[in-house]
Amino acid sequence: MMSKIIAWVDQRFPLTSFVKHELTEYPTPRNLSYWWGFGFLAGFVLVIQIVTGIFLAMHYKPDSKLAFDSIQHIMREVNYGWLIRYLHSTGASAFFAVIYTHMARTLYYGSYRRPRELLWWTGQGLLLLMMATAFMGYLLPWGQMSYWGAQVITSLFKATPVYGEQIVTWLRGGFTVDDPTLTRFFSLHYLFPFLIFGAVIVHLVALHTVRSSNPSGINLADKDNIPFHPYFTVKDLFGLGIFMIIYMLIVFFKPDFFIEAANNIPANPMQTPAHIVPEWYFLPFYAILRSVPDLAGGVVAMAISVLIFAAMPYLDRSRITGGARYRPVYRAMFYIFVINIFVLGYVGAHPPTGTLKTVGEISTMIYFMTFLLLPFISRWEEKFVLAKGLPPAVEEMARKEIAEAEGNV
Amino acid sequence: MSEETMNEGADLSRREFLGTVTAGVAAAGVAAACVPFVSSMNPSSDVLAKATAEIDISGIAPGEEKTFPWQGKPVFVVHRTPEEIKAMESSNGGKDPEADAKRVQKPEWLVVIGICTHLGCVPNKTSSGWLCPCHGSVYDNSGRIISGPAPKNLHIPPYHFVAENKILIGKA
Repeated sequence: MMSKIIAWVDQRFPLTSFVKHELTEYPTPRNLSYWWGFGFLAGFVLVIQIVTGIFLAMHYKPDSKLAFDSIQHIMREVNYGWLIRYLHSTGASAFFAVIYTHMARTLYYGSYRRPRELLWWTGQGLLLLMMATAFMGYLLPWGQMSYWGAQVITSLFKATPVYGEQIVTWLRGGFTVDDPTLTRFFSLHYLFPFLIFGAVIVHLVALHTVRSSNPSGINLADKDNIPFHPYFTVKDLFGLGIFMIIYMLIVFFKPDFFIEAANNIPANPMQTPAHIVPEWYFLPFYAILRSVPDLAGGVVAMAISVLIFAAMPYLDRSRITGGARYRPVYRAMFYIFVINIFVLGYVGAHPPTGTLKTVGEISTMIYFMTFLLLPFISRWEEKFVLAKGLPPAVEEMARKEIAEAEGNV
Repeated sequence: MSEETMNEGADLSRREFLGTVTAGVAAAGVAAACVPFVSSMNPSSDVLAKATAEIDISGIAPGEEKTFPWQGKPVFVVHRTPEEIKAMESSNGGKDPEADAKRVQKPEWLVVIGICTHLGCVPNKTSSGWLCPCHGSVYDNSGRIISGPAPKNLHIPPYHFVAENKILIGKA
């Protein structure tokens, strides 16, 4: 019976061939480590966020007079409302944790290199969409942190030349963040996840065109590729199990870990809380914003700090594949960058006074220096590493790429 | 029909021109269709209708500050003491220098919009002026920026005294 139905569908829609091509026969490098499982996890969290979000929207009221209370209603009266809300609020943090790890893997193993530039850029677009979605979602509980976060972030657009004030008023639909801001953020917060979903499909089409990178850095021969299903569905599902243990531990035992205490006070446009901080996933960028003494300068620095990742395929001029694996200097830079991100996060979470202000300024410089020095360091390192010797397959690939580049000059 | 026979005897530059014009009109049409949607996101008339607010300042004792809402924004009204007035008149502020006399209509009443010119937080009153809790901007008792990241002094809303103890904010 089932095979008859499938045959009927296959005559009208390429179901079997699609599943074969993209899943059961999709060739995947057999040496992928668990670091390659975070893309799948991100997709899974996206589904969690969409599903829990749809159910929250059934009970939430996007009205400045009702929003805060409707969250209390969800928490106290709606059946399992507390669970759905905590899945959603913890899911936001989980999403960023997974995506940042996914990006760190790409940076470490140089997966952004040719021919995967477009794959990397669609990912960059997804990150921006995700940040916008998270930011707008954070306003919806209409607590003090929600309100003042939105107030500060919309004020950033004041840095636009000439039309700054008009753009800020247009974004808010009023002279301050108010009811019109809340309703439009709700509308867009519901829309954006579906844009993300569409962009994920584009990301996957790009991935299936250039195929997965792998930890060795070399292009594996056909015999070293294995079908995605069942080998990597199983591996991804195991990773999912580990992820779910951590995620559910937070949802059930520490659900308010990521919720600022001040957000339990309803929004008050007349009173800013004594100390406002963004969500943890924005802290490093927020620290960069604050470390530049000029308003417009700070906004530009913050925007560049997010967008500069897109330039990685061009900033990294080394022809040695496999990313940090065969490149000791790049590896050191990677770890300095990661540690520096945590330092920036710490600075962003605390008032910018005294030593911490200086630390923030130095960290901001280190952040941009790692990117700006990379073109020079990567070329110098290439010579050094080639002279020292590499695994034959890696060396062969690097020499071929160098010869091609020099032939073109 | 092959492309060649289709193009036979045709004036291709004319065809290209028509194509460009069609695309141009289509683009203009799309842009025009966007206008109402973009405009709908601007403040609606009921938001704009709250343009003015009349406030009663009789209850504010010398040295006290009171906050009033105007267009959803906090407006600080300070009843300044003679010492504060003297101190403010003798200074010219910080990085956005401005004489105190230019910032008040009556020296004992300071009326400023209570929104930090940095990123829109509401500064808290201190004895010497205000301190913004978000990024540490310090303002004096004339609402002038003394230190911190804020680029400008606290803005003065358009206002005038309608009576001895009544101010209309929103209209000069």
